[in-house]
Amino acid sequence: MRILDIQAIEDIALGAALLGTGGGGDPYVGKLMAIQAVEEFGPIKLLEPDEVPDDALIVPTAMMGAPTVLVEKVPSGEEVMSAFNSLESYLGSKIYATIPIEAGGVNSMIPLALAARMGIPVVDTDGMGRAFPELQMVTFHLNDISATPMVLCDEKGNSLMLNTVDNVWTERLARNATVEMGGSVMLAIYPMQGLQLKKSGIHGIITLTEKIGRAIREAKVNRMDPIKTVLGVTNGFELFRGKVVDVARRTVGGFARGESKLEGIDAYRGQALTLNFQNEHLIARTENEVLITTPDLIAVLDAETGRPITTEGLRYGARAVVIGIPCHPHWRTAKGIATVGPRYFGYDLDYIPLEERVLSNKGGQE
Amino acid sequence: MGFRIGIDVGGTNTDAVILDQNLSPVAKTKTPTTPDVSTGIYQAMSMVLQQGAVEPSKIKYAMLGTTHCTNAVVERKRLNKVAVIRLGLPATGAIKPLTGWASDLRQAIGNLQFLVKGGHEFDGREIAALEEQRLREIAKEIKGKADSIAIIGVFSPVTNTHELRAAEIMREELGDIPVSLSHEIGSVGLLERENATVLNAALVDVARTTAAGFIAALQREGIDASVYFGQNDGTLMAVDYATRYPILTIACGPTNSIRGASYLAKQKNALVVDVGGTTTDVGVLVNGFPRESSIAVEIGGVRTNFRMPDLISIGLGGGTIVRNERGITVGPDSVGYRITEEAMIFGGKTLTTSDVVTALGLAAMGDAGKVKDLPKETLDQAYGQIVAMTEDVIDRMKTSSEPIPVILVGGGSIILPDQLAGASEVIRPAHYDVANAIGSAIAQVSGQVERVFSIDEMGREGAIQRAKQMAIEEAIKAGADPDSIDIVEIEDVPLAYLPGNATKIRVKAAGNLVV
Repeated sequence: MRILDIQAIEDIALGAALLGTGGGGDPYVGKLMAIQAVEEFGPIKLLEPDEVPDDALIVPTAMMGAPTVLVEKVPSGEEVMSAFNSLESYLGSKIYATIPIEAGGVNSMIPLALAARMGIPVVDTDGMGRAFPELQMVTFHLNDISATPMVLCDEKGNSLMLNTVDNVWTERLARNATVEMGGSVMLAIYPMQGLQLKKSGIHGIITLTEKIGRAIREAKVNRMDPIKTVLGVTNGFELFRGKVVDVARRTVGGFARGESKLEGIDAYRGQALTLNFQNEHLIARTENEVLITTPDLIAVLDAETGRPITTEGLRYGARAVVIGIPCHPHWRTAKGIATVGPRYFGYDLDYIPLEERVLSNKGGQE
Repeated sequence: MGFRIGIDVGGTNTDAVILDQNLSPVAKTKTPTTPDVSTGIYQAMSMVLQQGAVEPSKIKYAMLGTTHCTNAVVERKRLNKVAVIRLGLPATGAIKPLTGWASDLRQAIGNLQFLVKGGHEFDGREIAALEEQRLREIAKEIKGKADSIAIIGVFSPVTNTHELRAAEIMREELGDIPVSLSHEIGSVGLLERENATVLNAALVDVARTTAAGFIAALQREGIDASVYFGQNDGTLMAVDYATRYPILTIACGPTNSIRGASYLAKQKNALVVDVGGTTTDVGVLVNGFPRESSIAVEIGGVRTNFRMPDLISIGLGGGTIVRNERGITVGPDSVGYRITEEAMIFGGKTLTTSDVVTALGLAAMGDAGKVKDLPKETLDQAYGQIVAMTEDVIDRMKTSSEPIPVILVGGGSIILPDQLAGASEVIRPAHYDVANAIGSAIAQVSGQVERVFSIDEMGREGAIQRAKQMAIEEAIKAGADPDSIDIVEIEDVPLAYLPGNATKIRVKAAGNLVV
């Protein structure tokens, strides 16, 4: 167990922007919520997964809906407490701790704000190890843990409990309710036991997020190369360095889809890279080969500062470094690839693990 | 039609120009910017008049681009005591108003905050009915403590009714108190819009005092002119508008120089490279206006969703120091306004970029004899770096890989060559040294609207028509001649993840001053 202070929250927010892989919503609003909650209610306890009793009730929390709404209609902070309270009375058991379902983007911060407010700990675990756009895209789903019973709550005091036949139905019903409730709601979802958490979660993710944020911050202070330090912390690979020469976006079915093109600089001069995104970056390829696909992580970093650039923040002329980070092994199973692999997002590509692609691409060049 | 005087306050110099009926410069001057700003403005005004090019009585328009408001925020001085009233409960309590503000700035504006039931959803439904009784109680509470009010309603850029009603109630209770409404100041993004609205409310007195001082100074010089303030989008506001929206005057300087460059070089699409004594600012001219930044802008440490010209600044100017220690380096520091004492060509001991170009015979300043013995290799290397730094920043700002015209302005631009990579041509217009004051003097007046519209209600075309009409009305309110107004910008962005066909439309209309 350790305590997360305000500096830790700042670092986690910066690291979460990187794990957002271009999407996931700006952690800024969530960070301010978490900081205010700590100032009002006291510090946040972070537990190691093996500190959690096997029969303890763990309930992840997150916001669902449009980040655009979240930045305008800031939450009250109370809504998620009523979600937790109604889930507790339904399940007839006290909630022991919470976790993020999504360590990337704004959802990294929501459980921290809740934990401070309710005085419960956060476990150093999530269900994605990054950001993804849909509710069933969690490693808990791969282990047949049901998203329901789940509770959606808005700031007005409305709460809605869902019991569904499968997680795809959960996504469909919850998404529609979110619109009616004002476009942004808080969730208590995927209630599970300590044992299930240990088996199916991605552990150490909050600590990793914090390390990433700290590495970027300290690289600036110590005048070190931030890209190298980030690669060191994440076991990542530098895939490309270039200048953004084109960004094309369109909104399809509520998702921001698009692609951006980078022209190589430095060692990559003469090459071109295409990035495909749907909220998050999904594919990076040069003219000749695919460098990386989802569910491995693609992060675009500012070449100078190492700070992550979102798909919305990509502009012509920006000098960027594209890095790849291997996803958690849970995602590399058949069910994992079926849930979040390139074909699920409509790309006719096989998933090949990043490390293999890096090796064979290097081999091809030599 | 009469003559016009334009004054622009920069970090180092305050510039003034007088333009004739055809908008050609007939007199210009530069004087150091003073710590209180106003003294420098009055000095520049009287210096440019002393040149005797025109009778003061013939000057009919006066345009001022000033840093008074920026300085007041940065120095935390002369600010109003603001009552911040957010209409959003039961939402928004998780982040209180003024979060992230430095405590001295909070104290300087009185730190009075209230959360009230009200505000709207993204689709225009009420979050809660407006709590009118609570507003009346707040009015009693702030009487004597606040002299300006900021009202911020959730999703007011979509539906402004609660903000308008709340303003009405405050005026009923408190009489004629200045009220800043967030939907008139910013777009979607509650905290940033709230911050900008609060800063606006805090600057009301600064703007009034500045305007009154400027008008009085004009009258002392025998000028009876209509007075306008420059705003950050490169257009003008009539005085009464500027005193209601002082936040809009922030950062008008870089915009004025881009607009001035556009006018002098007769280009509507180009890159503008403005070289001063210490820095070079590169901006992009699109259809005659500066390209705006999409990133959150901080003013005095406060995050706003205010739009500024998209600029890159580098530490390269006419006074930038060149060193030869373990290789040649250029900047980023500068001798600044002390150039006339410290640069070698003026008898000083510091090697600056101006010395380098003079020694190479590329410009004529000061005494070239004082730099004739500098080693050619040092000069070539330093000059190579100056050019490379400029070309690099040009490359970063370009919107396509095609070469485009580059306009050089600012007193320090003599350090740059007539050919630059990425430029289809390099233009050095006449009066390049006072382009910013000219930009201030020639500016049009504009009105802008940026709101989320529901397409389901009025259709896309209907929504755009409505937005255009609103922008034109704003431009007329700001002092534009209705017959000369054009729509200069339309942007229509469907909001990702937002169902119900919500779309954000931004329209800007600009026209000539009412003559």
